[in-house]
Amino acid sequence: MTDRNKRKVTVRRFKEKTIEKFFQANGIFSIIVLLGIFSLLLIEGWPAIKKLGVAEFLFNAKWNPTSFEKESYGMLSMIISTLMVTIGAMILAVPLGIGCAAYLADVANRKTREIIKPVIEILAGIPSVVIGFIGIIIVGPFLADLLGTSHGLNAINGSILLAIMSLPTIISISEDAITSVPMVYKQASYALGANKWQTLVRVTLPAAMSGIIASVMLGMGRAIGETMTVLMACGNAPAFPQSIKNSVRPITSTIAIEMGETVQGGLHYSSLFVVAFVLFLMTFVVNLVSDIVLNKYQKVNR
Amino acid sequence: MNLTKSTQFLGYTILRLSALIIIAILLFILWDIIAQGSEVLSWEFLTQKPKNGMTEGGIWPAIVGTFWVSLVSVVFSVPIGMFTAIYLNEYAKQGRLIRIIRMAIRNLSGVPSIVYGLFGFALFTLMFNFGLSVISSGLTLGLLTLPWTITASEEALKTVPFGYREASLALGATKWQTIKTNVLPYAVPGMLTGSVLGLARAAGETAPILFTGVAFFWPILPGFPELFTQQFMALPYHLYILATQHHEILKVRPLAYGTAFVLITLIILMNSLAIWIRYRFRKKYK
Repeated sequence: MTDRNKRKVTVRRFKEKTIEKFFQANGIFSIIVLLGIFSLLLIEGWPAIKKLGVAEFLFNAKWNPTSFEKESYGMLSMIISTLMVTIGAMILAVPLGIGCAAYLADVANRKTREIIKPVIEILAGIPSVVIGFIGIIIVGPFLADLLGTSHGLNAINGSILLAIMSLPTIISISEDAITSVPMVYKQASYALGANKWQTLVRVTLPAAMSGIIASVMLGMGRAIGETMTVLMACGNAPAFPQSIKNSVRPITSTIAIEMGETVQGGLHYSSLFVVAFVLFLMTFVVNLVSDIVLNKYQKVNR
Repeated sequence: MNLTKSTQFLGYTILRLSALIIIAILLFILWDIIAQGSEVLSWEFLTQKPKNGMTEGGIWPAIVGTFWVSLVSVVFSVPIGMFTAIYLNEYAKQGRLIRIIRMAIRNLSGVPSIVYGLFGFALFTLMFNFGLSVISSGLTLGLLTLPWTITASEEALKTVPFGYREASLALGATKWQTIKTNVLPYAVPGMLTGSVLGLARAAGETAPILFTGVAFFWPILPGFPELFTQQFMALPYHLYILATQHHEILKVRPLAYGTAFVLITLIILMNSLAIWIRYRFRKKYK
């Protein structure tokens, strides 16, 4: 090889390497953002943690940072509110979602599937603020009539709306899981004389169970983090929730309502970052669990 | 024998019913908003500014604001999303770094929108000193839509048959030449789908822009210099205000319906466009 050709090759190699590094840097950007969110929440929340201690946030029942006599920074009522609304949503969405997923994967013919799938995608695309609006104008009055209360902005309302919002996630991932169950499982079941329903319930669904669980966890993560819907439809009473008929104020609503009123660098400001950090950790854990379950099922079925 | 048959019938009916309920919910939501929203819809409603304490007039500033803020978010997130997808799908070998990047992307897509809002507020508005502006909000939304753009771009790259790459590599082309000439031309339409979906998502989000620049009422339309310095109105926030924060809530209810109608129409149009592009694209390579 001549000298010139050698140089050409080195230049080209260098160029290729640089281009690869450039794309890699973009990939690493995602890690930086995640770490950035984690650390910025912690940095901004640190003054409040240092001054009040972790126990104040986690075990005090009362959240009242603007009180004249004695401020309190307990997150317990918000956490309970969030869990209440989320669990309510899951009770509604899980049977419906899995039912619809099983229908799409096992019962519906191709044409029906091609109609229903875009419908679910449209449902997934409806902005949370519009769902919240529906909660105010339709679900609220309906619940007020049903329960005999003055207004229907309460935990049940939030649960219904969050169920609607988490349905697309549950359906699409469950359906993937059910469809990817190997055909031989079903054929073996048919060969033993089981009909289609028995095969679905005893063979296909159990085989797809980890994917279904993962879909529910992801739907739950969405419900925990949803802001505008609960802000508009749950009534925003900061008191400790007594029953599902009460107005509640979940973690996300509290941040949305109070952040605009705080003084930057103040204790209230900093404490809201602690609240957001707790929320971040909750969704992080839920997503992590769904991730682990999903990975397990991918290994089992391959 | 009869019992198992009727159980099957019953079971299938329940499954059918759950699918029907979900379609009914969607149709009900759409029908209510379209029926009530189309009543206030007029040329004036679309092209005028709100008047008389927002009890009259239109939503033009909110439409313009939503347009700009979504545009900024897409301009920010689509290139990074595409490059990340190229790295993950074309360059990366199985390994620790890839696992961590994928884990980060999955976790980012699960971070609540209000947490993005807080992050954007602390980072762009305060730390970078972008203030309350279209840029702060757009960048925050860009971070929020990033995981979606990455996933969509990667799916587009995966639809390009492996043989295309092998043929080019076998002829002695380098990796980058292969990607440039034999992969990207076929994947770009699919990647565009991702950016349209990202645009639709950014247009509908409220929580991330709450503290980063959206305003109750802001009559000055964002344009080039204003993008960096001024607050703006946005459709989803406008709907939130009209539905919950206005002092004459019942009087402005029709306007709220109209805003919801416009917002939902925009988003469904964008989503359908994306679904359509993807559908045509998939057909081409089968």
